[in-house]
Amino acid sequence: MKFLVCISNVPDTTTKITFTPDNKEFNKAGVQFVINPWDEYALTRAIELKEANAGSTVTVLNVGEADTEPNIRKALAIGADDAIRVNAAPKDAFFVAEQIAAIAKEGAYDVILMGKESIDYNGFQVHGMVGELLGVPTVAPAMKLDMSGNTATLEREIEGGKEIVQVNTPFVASCQQPMCEPRIPNMRGIMTARTKPLKVVPATGNAARTQVNEYALPPKKQGVKLIDAANAGELIKLLRNEAKVI
Amino acid sequence: MSVLVVVECDKGEVKKSSLEVATYGAQLAAQLGTSATAIAVGEATDASLAKLGEQGITKVLYDKEPRLKDFVNNAYTKLIATAAQQEDAKAIVLANSNIGASVGSRLSIRLQASLATNVVELPKTDGGQFTVKRGAFSGKAFSDVALNGERKIIAVKKNSIEAQHEAGKTAEVVAFSAQLSDADFADAPKQVVMQDQAGGILLPEAERVVSGGRGMKGPENWHLIEDLAKALHAATACSKPVSDVDWRPHHEHVGQTGITVSPNLYIACGISGAIQHLAGVNSSKVIVVINKDPEAPFFKAADYGIVGDVFDVLPKLTAAVKELG
Ligand SMILES: Cc1cc2nc3c(=O)[nH]c(=O)nc-3n(C[C@H](O)[C@H](O)[C@H](O)COP(=O)(O)OP(=O)(O)OC[C@H]3O[C@@H](n4cnc5c(N)ncnc54)[C@H](O)[C@@H]3O)c2cc1C
Repeated sequence: MKFLVCISNVPDTTTKITFTPDNKEFNKAGVQFVINPWDEYALTRAIELKEANAGSTVTVLNVGEADTEPNIRKALAIGADDAIRVNAAPKDAFFVAEQIAAIAKEGAYDVILMGKESIDYNGFQVHGMVGELLGVPTVAPAMKLDMSGNTATLEREIEGGKEIVQVNTPFVASCQQPMCEPRIPNMRGIMTARTKPLKVVPATGNAARTQVNEYALPPKKQGVKLIDAANAGELIKLLRNEAKVI
Repeated sequence: MSVLVVVECDKGEVKKSSLEVATYGAQLAAQLGTSATAIAVGEATDASLAKLGEQGITKVLYDKEPRLKDFVNNAYTKLIATAAQQEDAKAIVLANSNIGASVGSRLSIRLQASLATNVVELPKTDGGQFTVKRGAFSGKAFSDVALNGERKIIAVKKNSIEAQHEAGKTAEVVAFSAQLSDADFADAPKQVVMQDQAGGILLPEAERVVSGGRGMKGPENWHLIEDLAKALHAATACSKPVSDVDWRPHHEHVGQTGITVSPNLYIACGISGAIQHLAGVNSSKVIVVINKDPEAPFFKAADYGIVGDVFDVLPKLTAAVKELG
């Protein structure tokens, strides 16, 4: 079984978001980048399934410029076998999906996994685009993934419950918890990751269908109105009469 | 040319988020000088679909194929694509739900459309551009995005637009068939399992949410959260560590890596307000924080706060709601 796991490079979850003075771009200065938390579920589950199925391989794929390599190496340290970096700044979900679909097709991967969405763009789009470009089923978001031969059984989250879905390879799934416990690299993994192959390839196509004109921060809160705990019921009156939400 | 609105239905009724989407679609159609047609998915009664007239929809297409009752990605995509072609839809509006995102992303390839998810406002269509405002960085920011394609698909974030109700207006419900074959149902669910929702209110759809964190000390104390939620007709939620240790089910976990919610009222009980938690809840209209630590970061994001012990404060709040009647 050949697994392809797509990872994106995102600002650490504790990052205070700021933009360049013209508000056209995210301000990367002083920001630490991590593997998108949702992608860690995809990566770890692929590695678990590889370990359970002898002869399987896990390839990590990132669409990004050279500065994403530390996180690609981290994914290799966690247990992926090799990596591909499409050397391009990700323009939009469509552009990224086109790159992933091209690599997936060329490498004839059986299972293409990624996170539900990236915590920076929150697109929740790439999985479906890749599935459609490849003409294969997509399951999003998946909370559980088991493989038996070429058949996968997945739990897909729906509002208020879950669906049990079965699909045959090849397929695309976007992952979320509680799929697995994301792994952290150990010393041995970090050492071996240095020697694992990382192939850099140029982008195909050049299209983007959307373009960010400007970023903005949400308006500042007015400040909290404190109510004395001894008189807590007063809050309910304020919620009705002042905030008008009950 | 028209605007096509994808309306999700459940147990015969149109979902609340789809009433918002219908309103959005009708307002967009008015802005573009055209009309809004809906395509219904899931289980709906004709009467509930006709009522979409109240949101400004003129016509509702409905395929009564029984296998469409549950979500099937391939079949839904084909159904909506067929309707979009029939109606010559230049814009498709859907909910930013698990269904909307799954289908919207496939449709964007099939129809060669520009897609924007997480959209919070009607588009700006002046100056030859078509731009939408969408949430980004897990609720920590917004972006204005230009949709360059000739066709646009817009997934509207829940609770970001108020559903209109123009009493008495009805939409025409028209039978529709996308001529779906067995192959279109190859990825149909084998089983659908619904989970218990406190008070029967779905968290992603809820207008009010009462949420508990590690400060609740253990699952045996959750009746305090549930009692207040019940009195307020609210859904219940929790912070990540609470679901990680199984005090509450995963589907109640809100935040950056959980569900994003934007209810009118979010009450956080014994939650510190870590940046990852805030990311999933800070677009709530009114935030109330109850925490015994006056330095808890959540107070900075709150509209109302009580510095106090949840075990003392929650019963008082529940009693006060009941007194209101
Ligand atoms: C990659 C990543 C992703 C994450 N994603 C999420 C996410 O999606 N959602 C999320 O919630 N977290 C997330 N976290 C975790 C987050 O950083 C915090 O650890 C978490 O939100 C803390 O939960 P808490 O506030 O319930 O617990 P704590 O931080 O332990 O806070 C408990 C609070 O309860 C108060 N308290 C205690 N006793 C009482 C009492 N009797 N009465 C009143 N108040 C009391 C305390 O003063 C304290 O403020 C993520 C972390 C990482 C690294």
